[in-house]
Amino acid sequence: MAKDMMSGFALYQPTDLKNALSLITKFGSDGWILAGGYDSLDWFKDRIKRPKAVIDLSGITGLRDVRETNNGIEIGALTTLTEIHQNSLIKQKFNLLSEAAGKVASPQIRNYGTIGGNVCQDTRCWYYRYGLDCYRAGGNTCYADTPQGLNREHCLFNADRCVAVSPSDTAPALIALEAEMIVVNQTGEQAIAAEDFFIGPGIDIERMTVLKPGDVLTTIRIPNTWAGAQFYFEKVADRNTWDFALVNIASAMKIKDNVIIEIRMACGGVECVPKRLTVVENVVRGNPRDEETAQLAANSASRGATPLNQNHFKIPLMENLVKRAIREA
Amino acid sequence: MSSNVNFYDPGADSALEELEEGTGAARTGLGRNGTSRRAFIKGIIAAGATVSAGFMLHGLAGCTREVPVRGAVERLISLNVNGTVRRVDVLPQETLAMTLRYKLGLTGTKLGCDRSECGACTVLLDDVTTYACSTLTHTVRKSQITTIEGLQAANGDLHPVQQAFIDELGPQCGFCTPGQIMSTIALLKSSPRPTREEAQMALSGNLCRCGAYDHYLNSVMRAAGEA
Ligand SMILES: Cc1cc2nc3c(=O)[nH]c(=O)nc-3n(C[C@H](O)[C@H](O)[C@H](O)COP(=O)(O)OP(=O)(O)OC[C@H]3O[C@@H](n4cnc5c(N)ncnc54)[C@H](O)[C@@H]3O)c2cc1C
Ligand code: SF4
Ligand code: FES
Ligand code: FES
Repeated sequence: MAKDMMSGFALYQPTDLKNALSLITKFGSDGWILAGGYDSLDWFKDRIKRPKAVIDLSGITGLRDVRETNNGIEIGALTTLTEIHQNSLIKQKFNLLSEAAGKVASPQIRNYGTIGGNVCQDTRCWYYRYGLDCYRAGGNTCYADTPQGLNREHCLFNADRCVAVSPSDTAPALIALEAEMIVVNQTGEQAIAAEDFFIGPGIDIERMTVLKPGDVLTTIRIPNTWAGAQFYFEKVADRNTWDFALVNIASAMKIKDNVIIEIRMACGGVECVPKRLTVVENVVRGNPRDEETAQLAANSASRGATPLNQNHFKIPLMENLVKRAIREA
Repeated sequence: MSSNVNFYDPGADSALEELEEGTGAARTGLGRNGTSRRAFIKGIIAAGATVSAGFMLHGLAGCTREVPVRGAVERLISLNVNGTVRRVDVLPQETLAMTLRYKLGLTGTKLGCDRSECGACTVLLDDVTTYACSTLTHTVRKSQITTIEGLQAANGDLHPVQQAFIDELGPQCGFCTPGQIMSTIALLKSSPRPTREEAQMALSGNLCRCGAYDHYLNSVMRAAGEA
């Protein structure tokens, strides 16, 4: 049981953002933001992350709701995945996100896991999670990208020393919907496109997002641009509950007279960041929605993939999901 | 042991330490007066005293840092469990499953994986299910916590859901049953007449190593008055 006993920390439960920010700033890299805790507690129990101070955001009520604005909706980062899955406004306008949220983990995790935590969660590479000193953990080797490495779940695209993937189910949906992430720190507020919020190992191998110590994701804004579009979300995992996506796909399409006028598509589980499929978008835009276009899209989706020993299967999987997204949305 | 042991009292603490770490009788599992360690702990729980973190950290003393800082949470808190407010001494890093099982004696909540991957520790917070193994106790101070022990009526009659699980021979080994029942209670609160598919979804966060899933679904449907 010793491994399950977390290292001690001081727990802070601020009730407003101002206090939360001052605590987060004060502790810097010794501090840890806690939302639902469903990613954090695993790290603490394994004693791989040992923050001195944990700042629990769950008491800040202003961060937990879904609001309609003039040009879209705003979702507080502390809104739970269940709330997002069931919210009528989200269902009506951006059902893509509702579906994606409903596919995360298990009911209990969705009940307290938050959208903010879901997009900020760390990668699931088991070597890294096990506490090995790989590149991502500050070391100078990758255990997954070796002839013996267990890399069935790892990436197809844009590896840079690290071959881990983005684990989130909601992230591709947010990219497809052109969401903006509102990041706040003591010096001010910034709106960052969802697509730029996630960063690959080439930019910083130890982080998955642009967030630095001191930053809080407070809000996710979704503009009306894609409201009511034709959506497709699918997640393929070993089991329907708990397991992370091997590959997931999120797409938003606008179709007129059976012609695809506009499209945005993103794919998870194939790159360290959720992969925006711009090539696919360019191939299908302006074409009729039919089998031929779906096939063209599928062929272009995996262009440039560099599979590892055990994840070749992700190529046809990804292609098929793209095909379905075009055909069945 | 007197019934008003308060583990904040240094005297009581050292008595406990003696029992835990001491030589002789304690090592063999027997405290002074021949009380077993388990009975000793249960006795304290039953006495309703504030329960301390002392014995939980037994053997891990050197591993845990105490980081007392101004403005951080206090350890002595009140929890509303099964309709009763209980005072309990909770470490900042303590999970609800630990508090329930080892501080409050509510061992009906099981610990399977301790990693949010099985559902054995499922409890309700304000009628919504969560995994107690992955919830910090301090984050639920304002919630109504319901565990399997809180379901039966005051006169000892089982809750209709518990009875339905028995009538349909739901459990096999029974380890996952409290969790399955808590998920069912939450489902029937929000949707009193679920379809079998809805029941499947609602119980999908509860693993059953014995594979008694169909029996459980039969139980849920019976409890919902549809069997
Ligand atoms: C068994 C299991 C299965 C899972 N399966 C899936 C799955 O299939 N799909 C999927 O997408 N996810 C899955 N997850 C991950 C889970 O969904 C996420 O861990 C959860 O959504 C995280 O939300 P949280 O609020 O609990 O996060 P927390 O653990 O509280 O936070 C996660 C991380 O984000 C940071 N953070 C949280 N909120 C903010 C904020 N507002 N600003 C800045 N930083 C913040 C925290 O510091 C921490 O590093 C699974 C997790 C487990 C344990
Ligand atoms: S894939 Fe990334 S996280 Fe995994 S071992 Fe290699 S460097 Fe570490
Ligand atoms: S013990 Fe909590 S989910 Fe397994
Ligand atoms: S009855 Fe044995 S684990 Fe479910």
